[in-house]
This record gives sequence, structure tokens and C-alpha cells, in this order.
Amino acid sequence: MEFVIELVISVLIVIGGLFTLIGSFGLVKLPNLLMRLHAPTKATTVGVGSILIASMLFFWMERGTFTIHELLITVFLFLTAPITANLIGKAYLLRHVDPHDDLPHTGEAEGWATFDSRDPEEQPKDPGKLPQDEKSNDLN
Amino acid sequence: MMLKRYLPHPLLSVALIVIWVMLANEISVGTVVFAVILAVIIPLISQSFWPGRPKVGNFWAICEYGLIVLWDILVANVVVAGLVLFRKADSLEPASVTVPLELTSPEAITALAGTITMTPGTVTVDLSRDARSLLVHCLHAPDPQAVVDDIKSRYERRLKEIFE
Amino acid sequence: MIEYALNFAFVCAGVSLLINLWRLSFGPTIADRVLAVDTMAINGIALLVLYGIGRATSMYFEAALLFAMVGFVSTVAYCKFVLRGDIIE
Repeated sequence: MEFVIELVISVLIVIGGLFTLIGSFGLVKLPNLLMRLHAPTKATTVGVGSILIASMLFFWMERGTFTIHELLITVFLFLTAPITANLIGKAYLLRHVDPHDDLPHTGEAEGWATFDSRDPEEQPKDPGKLPQDEKSNDLN
Repeated sequence: MMLKRYLPHPLLSVALIVIWVMLANEISVGTVVFAVILAVIIPLISQSFWPGRPKVGNFWAICEYGLIVLWDILVANVVVAGLVLFRKADSLEPASVTVPLELTSPEAITALAGTITMTPGTVTVDLSRDARSLLVHCLHAPDPQAVVDDIKSRYERRLKEIFE
Repeated sequence: MIEYALNFAFVCAGVSLLINLWRLSFGPTIADRVLAVDTMAINGIALLVLYGIGRATSMYFEAALLFAMVGFVSTVAYCKFVLRGDIIE
């Protein structure tokens, strides 16, 4: 029984290490920021999550009492990862992406919120540009 | 309504009790009493920052949604790890798509945006100024319309049941 | 067996931190650098928790929790500054 728990802990630690490494590897490999956003926000949350579950199991085996406070960090990371990804994406959009040429149209009268404070007059006005337009889908 | 006046956000109070007990990492009388004191005081002090009270529906619907999202996060990680490791960077087909929203309450839209970011190969980048559509970037989407349909049928429909 | 797994994960987290440092120094845009800092904070949490397991002490838990919180707040502050030119409006 001891052996099985040790095996599970070891496997979880190895998975966690691999996923953190993959997340950071994606940061170097992928060509532009919006693609790079995908790798760390997903891979590292599960990487750290499995390391934290391994830590819970380890202290359970070590002390005999069930510690649960590692779950707090896991929940906190899962709640905050989408927010940081969203804000980093918005910062990139504002500085490096042209809302007229590079982004699909919202399909409504209003434009995207990031460009609100900068030029409220110059939102894309042509409703003929549909979201599934081949050319406008390319963000590279 | 005494209860409404002294416990303006019952769910927030419950969450605070659970978080405090988890943080202290033990269940004893002292911990629980202090947790209850915090759970009464903090909502009263911060009441003016949360004037609205979101209507949250069925408990089982929330559990089902949570389990589905957890499963999708696990799948998403394996999928994205595979894409990062085994595909040449220029053979990926990134696309940004517009997802029109049917949800109206801010809490529901936030939940949907967070879910989209945590699930397979999609990140929510922006919201339109009138909060009627989301800009979603996909890491690898040969068929962007399928991604939109998947998001709408899998997550938005369930969130609509929970929040409206 | 746990020791071998720990050593492996230490190497993984260390290499990840070096990769993030590379992206932090050469990242072509500001957003890249912010993303690198955010990922560094998460990898730092992983390293702290692993060290806690290695030493069999839960003393490092608080440090990891604070790392998570401060990392999140600093990332949001950086992005807010890039977006608005101001942090507290």
C-alpha cells in the first residue's frame, strides 16, 4: 500500500515537471504572442496543480493527517490564469494589432473594447466584413 | 429582513468560512469561530463594492458544469502539449473568431470567458464594447466555425441554465 | 523513488525558469516580457512546493501562496499600465 502511494506521488511529480517544462518550451517555440499565450496558461496550471496534489498526498502519507491547504493555491491559480491571459492579450492588441485590418468584425455596431479609449471615432464601420472572412482571420 | 441586512452575501460568507478553515488547515472550535466572525464582518465592510446580487441557480447544474470543465481542462492540456511538442510552428493554423453572446449578466460572461481560456486551444482576448460578442483566439483551428458552435452548445447553453 | 522524481522535476522547473529568462530578455514586445514574468512566478511556485516535499516540511506553503498572489497582482498591474498608462484610476 505504501508502495502504491509512493508510486502515485512520483508519477504526479514527474507529470507536473513535464507540463511546466512544456509550458515554458511553448513560450520559446511558438511564433507570435497570441499563440504563445496558449502554452503557459494551460500547461503550467496543470503542471503546478499536479505537483500540489502530489504534495497533499505526500503529507498525508508522512503525517497521517489530511492536509488540504494546497488546494487553495490550485484554485487560486485556476481562477487567475484566465484573467492574466486576457489582460496580456489586451495589452498586445492595443500596442501591436490594427483593429481595422487584423481582427474579425464584432458583428455588432460597436467595436472591440480594448480600442475604446484610443479612437472611438475610428471603429471599423463596414458591416460587410464578416467574422468568417478568410483574410481577416489571420492574426500573424 | 434582518438576515438580508446583516448577511448581504450569504454565498460569499460560506466561501470565506471554507477558505479560512482551509488556510488554517485544521478544524477546531477556535478556527471555526474566527472564520464565522470574518464571514460576517468582511461582507458588511465590502458591501458597497458589490451592490448587485447575482442570481445563481441549481446546485447540481453548477456541479455538472464544474466537472465538465475540469475534464475539458485535462484534455486541453494534453492536446495543447501535443500541439506544442509535435507540430512544426508554421504548420499550425491560428485563427481569431467572433463568438456572439446570448448571455447578458456580467457574471455569466466572465464565467464563459474564463472557461474558454482554460479549454482546448482557445483564449478569450477581448470583449466587444457593448458586451455582445467575445474575441477568441485559437491555437489550431482548421474550421473556425466548428469552434464557435462547440463553445455555444457545450458551455453557453449550460451557463444560460445556471444564471438565467 | 520520490527522490528521483523530485530530482527530475527540479531539473524541469530550473530549465523552465531559464527558458523564461531568455524570453524575458529577448521578448520582442512588452506583452511577451509580462507573459514571461507571469510564467516565472508560476514556475517559482512549483519549485517552492517541490522543495517543501523534499524537506518534508509545510513551511514553504505560505511562501508559495504569497508568490501566487503577488505574481497575479504584479501581472495585472503591468498590463493595466500598458493598457491605460495608469494603475489605480
